[in-house]
Amino acid sequence: MLSLAAHEVVLAVGAPNPWFGTTYLEDNYEDVLAALQEHIVITVAAVLFGLVVSIPLALLSQRSRVAEGLVLGSADVIYAIPSISLLLILYSSLGLGLSSATVIVALTLYNLLILVRNVLTGLRGVPDEAKEAAAGMGFGPVRRILRVELPLALPSITAGLRIATVNTVALVTIGFAVGHGGLGALITQGYKDNLYRQQVLTGVVLVVLLAIVLDLILLLVQRLLTPWQRAVST
Amino acid sequence: MNDMSVWGYLTTAASWQGEDGIVHRLWEHVWLSGVSVLLACLVALPIGIGLGHLGRGGAVAINLANVGRAIPTLGVLILFAVSPLGLTTATLIATLVLFAVPPILANAYVGVANVDRDAKESARGMGMSGSQLLRRVEMPLAMPLIAAGVRTSALQVVATATLAGYTGNGTLGQIVFRGFNVNLNYLVVGGAVLVAALALVTEVLLGLLQRAVTPAGLRVGGGTAARDASTLGQPERAAAAV
Repeated sequence: MLSLAAHEVVLAVGAPNPWFGTTYLEDNYEDVLAALQEHIVITVAAVLFGLVVSIPLALLSQRSRVAEGLVLGSADVIYAIPSISLLLILYSSLGLGLSSATVIVALTLYNLLILVRNVLTGLRGVPDEAKEAAAGMGFGPVRRILRVELPLALPSITAGLRIATVNTVALVTIGFAVGHGGLGALITQGYKDNLYRQQVLTGVVLVVLLAIVLDLILLLVQRLLTPWQRAVST
Repeated sequence: MNDMSVWGYLTTAASWQGEDGIVHRLWEHVWLSGVSVLLACLVALPIGIGLGHLGRGGAVAINLANVGRAIPTLGVLILFAVSPLGLTTATLIATLVLFAVPPILANAYVGVANVDRDAKESARGMGMSGSQLLRRVEMPLAMPLIAAGVRTSALQVVATATLAGYTGNGTLGQIVFRGFNVNLNYLVVGGAVLVAALALVTEVLLGLLQRAVTPAGLRVGGGTAARDASTLGQPERAAAAV
């Protein structure tokens, strides 16, 4: 049932195996693009789902000490479980099979700890004056959260999103265990294909580059969304 | 044998014995992880604490931790495996240390550098020298965060050591990947459960250690353990919350 990778051998035994060069990319750019695409889809999904789940959990934690203990305690326990282990336990218990959905669920769970903590830190940092002003303007609780508290918590939320994203990009590679590791597939296939160095290096370099690019994009989004922070720092 | 349950696997005495048995693989896992975390502490603690005491190089320490998170551990292990060095016990430990250093360094730095300014000035006012200040004020107050960094690193190392099973370098991970190779689900999932258990035991033991090294005066609110400062976007706030 489980098979690590079905693939063609691309490096012949005894063939030259230089670290750098364009042979691998030229011959396999379609596979590389597909792996990159899968990597991006899994990362974005896991971070977005993580955020969507984290906001209500953080709001709940803000209102109740018991909820905070339960939420952060469980997130702590999940975060302590090594990714490959969590992935395989979820695979055998969720019934989602050898799919990217299994990887997305596992990585979403990881992101909860980082995101709930950062959303909560952001919410706790909202000045009472701002909340009172909102109440004074006749804002109900929902409007106050959406229009005042969450926007003011944005710097901390986006800081959490950046950490979660960089973490997730690196962790997606472990998805190779269920056959959906994005660029991780290049790394493991290169190893199995007679230690094909260019393929392994291409995978590792692209993972790091993707982490950097997504981090920069989020930094830009952070600056655009929180112009008041820029005014303070300059 | 083929339809053995995970529970059946874990509760059969034969599973625990021999070269591929759980006891041997667990020992490899614990030994590799322990040595790597100790070596990482030897490298990172003096540097992190020293930089924190001087209040310099903080950006470097924290950025190193951030960069470390962007690098896939699987990638570095396999890079070693396809290099002329190969993935030996030595290069495996080097990889584990490489990933264990940044969190220890960053947390030690943040912990020492962010010790309350009033506490430092009082110590100076009492006539303490730089090294007395470090040993008697800064280090004790920074202990919760230093321990949090070691805990984060240890969990990272236990997780990464699992991947060594993929390249046939032992550890509990080898049970998982042998399961893949011979198509036995109970080995894959049983191995994964054992890895999770080891990680949780590590987390609990180091949490207790962290409590033990936290000065009594800092144990407030039921002793909520200090959390790794480097995973919260704002280290200064995380440290302030200790």
